[in-house]
Amino acid sequence: MNWHLLSMNDLSRDEIESVLATARKDFLELSKRDIKKVPTLRGRTVIDLFYEKSTRTSTSFELAGKRLSADVINVKADASAVGKGESLKDTVLTLNAYRPDIIVLRHPHVGAPAFISRYTEAHVINAGDGKGEHPTQCLLDIFSLQQEFGELEGLKVAIVGDILHSRVARSNIIGFGKMGMQVRLIAPPALLPRQAAALGVEVSHSLDSLAGVDVIYLLRMQRERHEGANFLPSLREYISNYCVSLRHVGRGQRVLHPGPINRGIEIGADLADSGENLILQQVEAGLAVRMAVMYRIIVDNAAAAAQAEVKNIQAVG
Amino acid sequence: MIATISKRGLRANLLIRDARVVDPAQGIDTRADVLIEKGQIAAIEPAGKGKAEGLEMVEAGGSLLLPGFVDLHAHLRTPGREDEEDIASGTRAAAAGGYVAVCAMPNTDPVVDNAAVLQSLVEASESEAAVRVAFLGSISRAQEGVHLSDMWDLAHAGAVAFSDDGRPVSDGGLLLSAFEAARLVGLPLSLHCEDTDIAGGGVMNEGEVSARLGLAGIPAAAETASVAAALETAAYAAGRVHIAHVSCGRSAQLIESARRAGAQVTCEVTPHHLALTESKIEAGLDSSFKMNPPLRTEADRQALVAALAAGTIDCVATDHAPHASQEKEVPFEEAPFGVIGLETAFPVLYSRLVDTGELALETLIMAMSTNPARAFALPVPALAAGAEANLTLVDTEEEFDIVPDDFKSKSRNTAFAGWRVKGRVLLTLAAGRLAYRRP
Repeated sequence: MNWHLLSMNDLSRDEIESVLATARKDFLELSKRDIKKVPTLRGRTVIDLFYEKSTRTSTSFELAGKRLSADVINVKADASAVGKGESLKDTVLTLNAYRPDIIVLRHPHVGAPAFISRYTEAHVINAGDGKGEHPTQCLLDIFSLQQEFGELEGLKVAIVGDILHSRVARSNIIGFGKMGMQVRLIAPPALLPRQAAALGVEVSHSLDSLAGVDVIYLLRMQRERHEGANFLPSLREYISNYCVSLRHVGRGQRVLHPGPINRGIEIGADLADSGENLILQQVEAGLAVRMAVMYRIIVDNAAAAAQAEVKNIQAVG
Repeated sequence: MIATISKRGLRANLLIRDARVVDPAQGIDTRADVLIEKGQIAAIEPAGKGKAEGLEMVEAGGSLLLPGFVDLHAHLRTPGREDEEDIASGTRAAAAGGYVAVCAMPNTDPVVDNAAVLQSLVEASESEAAVRVAFLGSISRAQEGVHLSDMWDLAHAGAVAFSDDGRPVSDGGLLLSAFEAARLVGLPLSLHCEDTDIAGGGVMNEGEVSARLGLAGIPAAAETASVAAALETAAYAAGRVHIAHVSCGRSAQLIESARRAGAQVTCEVTPHHLALTESKIEAGLDSSFKMNPPLRTEADRQALVAALAAGTIDCVATDHAPHASQEKEVPFEEAPFGVIGLETAFPVLYSRLVDTGELALETLIMAMSTNPARAFALPVPALAAGAEANLTLVDTEEEFDIVPDDFKSKSRNTAFAGWRVKGRVLLTLAAGRLAYRRP
C-alpha cells in the first residue's frame, strides 16, 4: 500500500486483492474467538479524527485499532478545539506533535484527507470526505462480494439511489471497475452527476435495469444534503419509482447497502429483513478489512518509515 | 469620472532607446526611440535618432514598448481587508504588471454604495496610488440586491461604473431600474452574471471532473442564463452593459448576438480562463484553482481565445482577488473563490497565447489597454507624440519563473506559481510618472 489511503485510485487491483487476503486470512476469524485481540500494532498510536456524525465507521475503526492493540484516541469535532475556531491545518499540526502512526479522518469536505496529509507524517486513512470517497467502505464491499461470489471479474452491479451525494458510490465505481466488474447506475437524473457516463458506467433511470445484474447496491437517501434544493418532486414519488423491495430482487441477486438504511425509502422493509441482503456481513467484513488496512499501511511502509527515521536522526545529530 | 494617482512622483523625463514600439490603435509597430519630457511623449523617432542630452536613458534593446494596460476588474480590498491588499500595494502590483490604471470593485467593507465612502477612497489614492485608480460604485445598497445605491451621487463623486460583483443582482426589476439610473449619468453596469440558484452552491465547473471528484458543480448555464437576462434587460433599457469575466463559449455567442442587434455591450475575460481549465483541480484539489466563475473545459477555453481573437470579447481583465493565506489553506470546498492576477496577466497571456501563435500580439494589446480604457471612458494610453506617458516596456525574449514571493501584492494566491514564462515588465510609466522599474 501507499503511505496514505485517500482514494481507491491509490490501490491497484493486486493491492486490493492482497489487502483483502490479509483481512480474510489474519483477521476475519478473530471476531469469533473469546480473546478478540492481537498484539500486532502494540505501541502504535491511531487517532480517529471525526468531523461528521458517524456510528458504524467510527466504531469499526476504533474497534479495529483496539483489536490490533494500538492506542486509539477518538477526537470528535464538536468535542475538540474546532468549536473554538481552530483551522483543520492547526488541529492536525497539533495532533501531529503527538507523533501518531495513523490518522483516520472523516470530514464533510472533499479532499480534506489529502489536505491534512501535507501537515502530518502519519499515515492518513480517508474514512469519508464529504461527497468525495470512502475507500475502506469500498474495500469491505469488495470483500463481502468475494465472500459471496468468489471471483468478481465480469460481475454486473447496479448501484441504486442517491448517487450524486454518495462518496460510497464514487469509491465503488472506481473499486468495482478495478476488480473487472460492470457498473450500472440507477437513479433519477437529479440524483446523478450530470456527466455520470464519463465515469465509465452505464446510466439508467429505471429499476427495470436491475434485470440481469448480479448485485444490487443500494444507497441511503441523504436527505440531510437535500435541504434547500428540489432534487425530487416528492419523496412519495421517489419511493414508488426507486424503492427496492423483495419483489424487485431476482433469483441469485444479492443486495448490499452501506448503512445506515432508511427502511421504506430506498429499501423495502421486507428486503431489509430478508436473507437476500448482505448488510450485516458487510459490517462484519468492515472490521476485518479496516484491521487489514491499518496493519498493511504500517507494515508495507515500514522500510520507508525507517529510512525517514534515519534521516531525522541524522538531521538532528 | 475621476481616476486618481499620487501626485508625489515627479513627471518623468527620459529617453527609451531602441524599443519595438507597438500600439495598434495608433497603427504603429516600429523600432524607435521614445523621448519623454515632463511626463509626456515628446517624440517618437527612428531608433538611434533620439537625442538624450542630460536625460536619463533606458536601453530597450528591442524590448516591446506598449500602451500601458488598464484593468477593469480588481479587488483592492480597501476599505476592510487591508491585510490582503490596499491601494498602495495593489497599485504597485499593477505597475509591476505593466498596468497604468486599475478599476477597483466596490465589494468592500463597507461597500462603496455612497459618495462618502468613494470620496475617502479617492483621497487615499491621491496619496498612495502608484498608477491611476478608478472606483466602481455598487448597484445596490450594501450589495444586498434590494435598494439601489446612491448611484447618481457616486457618479458625481467619480465612479466609472456600477457593479454588485461577487453578489450578482438576482432581482430583474432592480436590474432594470439600475440600467435606467445608470443611463442618466452615462455609466455602464459591470455585471457578474451568475444565476446563483442554478449554481446551487457549486465550487467548480460542473462536468466530468466534478463528477469524478464529488464536488458540487456550477453549470455553465448558471452563467449563460444570467448573461442572456442581462443582455435582454440592457437592450430594453437602452443601457450600457459590461459583462464581467466571461467563462464559457456560449456566453460569448450570446454577447455577439446582442451586439449585432445593437446592444451597447462590452465584456471581459480573465487570464486564468484563457490559460487554464478545470483539469488543474483534479491533480490536487489546490484552492489556487478555485475561482468564480470556475475554470471550465478546454472547449470553453478555446472558444474564449477565439472570441477574443474575433473581437467578440473586447477586454482582458484580471479579477485580481487577493486572499489571506490562512483563508486559502483549507480544504477546497471551504476556500474562498478568487486568485490574484495583476502581476502575471501579461506574461501568462503573452507566453501561452501570443508566443504560441494562438493570438496576435496586437489583439492582446488592444484587449489589455485601448479597449478597456474606452469601455469605462478612462484616459486611453497611446504611444503618440503629445500623449501623456502611459506605457510599459516588456522583455519578451528572456524566460523567467513566476515566484509569488516576489509579488508586490500583499497576497500570494496565484494560479500560476512556478510557471516559466516570457514577457517580463521592465518599466511602467503611469500618468507621466515612473510607477515601476525592474531593479
